[in-house]
This record gives sequence, C-alpha cells and structure tokens, in this order.
Amino acid sequence: MTDSAHDGAPDRSPVLSLRGVSKNFGAVSALADIDLDVHAGEVVALVGDNGAGKSTLVKILAGVHQPSAGEIAFHGKPVTLANPSAALKLGIATVFQDLALCENLDVVANIFLGREINPFQLDEVSMEIRAWTLLNELSARIPSVREPVASLSGGQRQTVAIARSLLLEPTVILLDEPTAALGVAQTAEVLDLIERVRERGLGVVMISHNMEDVRAVADRVVVLRLGRNNGVFSADASNQELVGAITGASDNSVSRRASRRARREETGIQHP
Amino acid sequence: MTTDIDENAKTEPLLDRRDERVTHAAGVGDNVRAFFNRVRSGDLGSLPVVVGLAIIWTVFQTLNPVFLSANNLVNLLFDCSIVGVIALGIVCVLMVGEIDLSVGSVSGFASALVGVLWVNQGWPVAPAILAALGFGAVAGLVYALLYNRFGMPSFVSTLAGLLAVLGMQLYILGSTGSINLPYGSALVNFGQMLMMPDWVSYVLAALAGVIVFAAGYRTAIRRKAAGLSSRSIGGLLLQAAIVTVVLEAIVYYLNTDRGVPWMFGLFVGLVVAMNYALKRTRWGRSMSAVGGNREAARRAGINVKLIYASAFVACSTLAAAGGVLGAARLATASQQAGTGDVNLNAIAAAVIGGTSLFGGRGSAYSALLGIIVIQSIASGLTLLDLSSSLRYMITGGVLAIAVIVDSLARRSRVSHGRA
Repeated sequence: MTDSAHDGAPDRSPVLSLRGVSKNFGAVSALADIDLDVHAGEVVALVGDNGAGKSTLVKILAGVHQPSAGEIAFHGKPVTLANPSAALKLGIATVFQDLALCENLDVVANIFLGREINPFQLDEVSMEIRAWTLLNELSARIPSVREPVASLSGGQRQTVAIARSLLLEPTVILLDEPTAALGVAQTAEVLDLIERVRERGLGVVMISHNMEDVRAVADRVVVLRLGRNNGVFSADASNQELVGAITGASDNSVSRRASRRARREETGIQHP
Repeated sequence: MTTDIDENAKTEPLLDRRDERVTHAAGVGDNVRAFFNRVRSGDLGSLPVVVGLAIIWTVFQTLNPVFLSANNLVNLLFDCSIVGVIALGIVCVLMVGEIDLSVGSVSGFASALVGVLWVNQGWPVAPAILAALGFGAVAGLVYALLYNRFGMPSFVSTLAGLLAVLGMQLYILGSTGSINLPYGSALVNFGQMLMMPDWVSYVLAALAGVIVFAAGYRTAIRRKAAGLSSRSIGGLLLQAAIVTVVLEAIVYYLNTDRGVPWMFGLFVGLVVAMNYALKRTRWGRSMSAVGGNREAARRAGINVKLIYASAFVACSTLAAAGGVLGAARLATASQQAGTGDVNLNAIAAAVIGGTSLFGGRGSAYSALLGIIVIQSIASGLTLLDLSSSLRYMITGGVLAIAVIVDSLARRSRVSHGRA
C-alpha cells in the first residue's frame, strides 16, 4: 500500500482502511472479517438491519471497543485505537446518536467543552469568533451562539454536534444516525451539512436506516449483514438491491410487499 | 419583523448578527423588554430573591424600626458570614447536581477540633485551623470515594456522614461539652469585633466599580476588534457607576455604626473568588457541564470523577471554614455548634439565592443573596421576640416557596426552550 496520503493530494489510497476486523462479545460474534475503506472527500454509508454490527463497527473506529482480530490502517500505517482520545488524536471524530450536548450551556461552551481556550481565564471572545467561523464555514443557520442549546431545534443541535467534532480538524468523521428523529426540512439541512463536510476533504462514515438519505449523499453504500460484509453499492443502486443485501435475500418481506402491491395494481384492485 | 438594523449594521453585519431571524436588543428600551421576556420565560436569575428581600425588609422595618438600624445590620453581616461560607460550598455540590447534608456536622466538628487542639492541646492557632480545614477536605474525599467507587448517592452518604461526624464532635468534646476560646485572641477578635477602617471599606467599594468597568471595557474592545457585537461604553459606565454608588451608600450607612466586619469581607472575597472559578475557568465550565449532562461531559473528555471529587472537597472544606468562623464568633466550641438549623439554612440559602437543586445552574452570588434573606428573617423574628418554634416554621415556609419558584421556573424554561 502506498504511503503518500498527503493533505489535498487527490490520490485514491484510503485514509482509513480496515482489513479482516472481527469483534466477539463472549461467544457472540458481533463482527466477522470486516473490510472497509474510507477515502478523503467521500461519504461512505454504513447500512444494515438491527444487529448487523454497524454500531459496533463505529464504536471500534471511535476507540470505544477494541477489535478481537484484524488490522486498522490510518493513512496506510497500522494503528491501534486503544481509547476514544487515541482515536480523536489520530483525527477520527465521532458524533454519537444521542447528541451528547449539555442543554444548560450555550453553543460556544458546548463546542469548546473540554477544550476551552485558556483554562484559567476562559477566552470567551476567541472561542466565540472560532465558533462563528466554524458555523459559517458550514453555512449553518444558528440564530445565536450565546443561547443555551435547549433553545435550538433538533437539526440545529445536530449542527452544533458536528461543528464540535470538526474543532480538532479531524480527517475522518463518524456520524451515527445523523438524521434520526429529524423532520423533513431539518434532515435536508443536515444532509447539506454532510456534503459541506465532504467538500472540506474529510472522509465521512454515516450510519443510517433511511435509504432515501443514504442515496442522497453517499458515494458508496457498504452493507453489513449479521456482522459480515454483504456487498458495496454505488449511490445509484436500486432500493431493491440494497434491501436485498440488507435482509439477505431477494425474497423478503419488503420485496413481497412490493410485488403484492404491483399485482394489485395489475389486476386493477383498488384500496377501499 | 426584526429590528436589529442600526447604522453600521446596514453596511457590514457583525459576525454574530447575520441571522435576521433573531431579535437583538439595540437600545435601552429593547434591553428592558428583553429582560422582561427572559423573566417571563422562567430565566429568573436573582430577581425573586431581590423582590423577596425587599418585602421581608419592609415588613420587619414596619414591625420593628430597629431592624434596619446600622447596628443591627452590622450584626447581621457577622452572622451571615458563618452560614454564608457553608452555603458557598453547597453551591458547589448543587452545581454538579449532588447534595451534602453533613455540612452542619462538619462545621461543628471543625469548631470542636479547633477548640480541642488550640485550647486543650496547646497547639498554636494557625495549625489548629489548618487541621480543621484538612479534616473538611478529607470528609469531602470520603464522600467522593463513596460516590465514584461505589455509586453511593450523595444524599445517603452525607446523611450517614451527618450522624458519624456529629458523633465524632461529641466524642472529642468529651464530658465537659464545651470549650471556651480565649477572649482577646486574634481569632475571637476576628469573629466578634474586627472592623475594616472606614477608608478601606470605601476604597474596596470603589474598586468593585472600577473592576466592573475595566473588565467590561476590555471585553468590549476585543469584541469590537473581532467584529462581534459589543456593549456601548456609555452603558458600561452607567453600570459601573450604579454599582459604585450603591456599594458606597451601603458602606457609608454601615460606617455610621461600627463599619464593615472583616469577617464579612472574607466571606465576600470567597464569593468573588468562587464566582470567578465557576464562571471563568475550565473547572467551572466542567462543573456546569457535569451538572447539566454527565454523559456529554464524559464524552467531551472531562474527568467526571475528578469534578465530583472537587465539588465534594470544596463543599466540606468550606463547611469546616464556616465552623471555624462560628467558633470565633461565639468564642466557644460546643456540642451545639453546627446542629439545629445550620445545615438546612446553608442549603436553603443556596437555593433561595437561585442555585438550582437540579444541577447545572447556579452562581456563587446566590450564597451571598440567599444567606442575607435567611439571616434577615432570623434577625427580624428575634427582634420581634418570637420563639424559635415560630422561627423554624417561617424559615421552612420560605424555603418551600423558594423551591417552588425554582421548580416552576424550571418548567417554564423547558417550555420556552431555555432549560
């Protein structure tokens, strides 16, 4: 593998690459022999049914869990992610599903939580400037950074959480269900945001259950099924192909439902 | 329609004023309106306590004209300092959403320890005081260990501590039950009569205004240079002038009698230092974060256990300091020290002053404001010659009202998106 992934160079060697990663919890094999590549400036969607191992994989990348077997390479060099701060130090930032913001603190305090400038005399002015710059770069629509996070909408909170993860200039960002529990407009806002993060040259790994969102922003769709790789698709793969890979069969509850519907339409039976 | 367009904003919107959906207060009128909106949505700050204090003072003054005399107020300040220092510690544990019910016992044991070591054992006074403070720190460490290692709720561990430490206090005082501290010693002088010279109190009061202005001016200049909205110099001057005039007036009135006690000066100094630590340091920010959302704080890389430990240690140490001040004030270390209503007065003071019982919201000044309310009630009722039975009932009622206000304000904040 080449070792030439420099900033801005549009070579195609992956930033983050997993080979044969497995994870066992006791006798249960949550992940088996997983391969995954993430390039700079690309959105990789990680899809799969409940229990497919998506969250376990993200937790391994975030340093929360350690793999039982397999190799993780970052910029071509093998690395071990012993704990969350090791992953963060390498440049892998994670936005967890429950957003992990403090509702009683304002936006600036949340973005800089644990990383305040000048610990013994907080530099509020510099932090506020940096927060605004970061939010403006993401074209985020946050009304005021001095309001408590409790006053923000779900999409705005997701924006703050993403802005917060960008503070340390990561090269890869992991998003766990970024559009879950969001309305239509707010989902669109977050998808726009993900595209702007990609334009900054970051590798994005996004878990989602929503096929529409996945196809809207993902460059590649990696399907997990029962802890194993079950195919890599391009974003224009059909819904049926993806669902087939996720559920493991072309004959599944989703396809059966679709064909029933098609039959009904053919025979001209209308809903009462 | 939003109306944030002032002259320079038309050409180049400030960095934080680009979103046209947000109303920003521009003039004095807007600021007043913004204040009322904040209050209506449940962001009360110290408003209830100021209103409550005005009512309490008016009532007691009409019932007994001695109440607001300079002499009575000076005594009030002496008494405030003792429980106030303990309440300051309570603010720390409430910030992280925990409680310490043993502050009364810890303060009582600290005063007993000073008496035993200094008077009975013949130690110099300074090491005796340090030993008392050290005991406070150890008690806090024990609570932190029980909480962090064994997940013991602070409510239970400190309740156990209340009994255990009270037992230790009775044990070391032995059969005599009380130890008199020598009159004329520096510690007793400090607790009973040491006053600031008039000029010192005037200078300190003026200094407060100068600091308010200097800090505000520095921030305003930096914000302006960075393209952020900033406060007007006129507004800052007005605020600093109001602070100075009010403080100088209070100091002048107190100086018509004995003046400002050094002990109260120490208490205010601790409040100001704690306010700085809570508002302007990473430690304080971490305290609010842990109190607001413990898991979020942990994921942000904050050492949550260390923050809990620091809160418990600060609380117990300040409780011990309050105990030492109490011994100095009464010139005695007795079995009664720290018992009775000390515990609940300290907690009540922090809550009445506006620190939330639910964690994550609070300020050091709430200890100062709250204890003035509590001591005013105590002093007023004593002047009316009411028995302690009535005093307890009335203080309990005030505490209940304060907690109800806190809960209602919290509910309103949630529904207005300001939690």
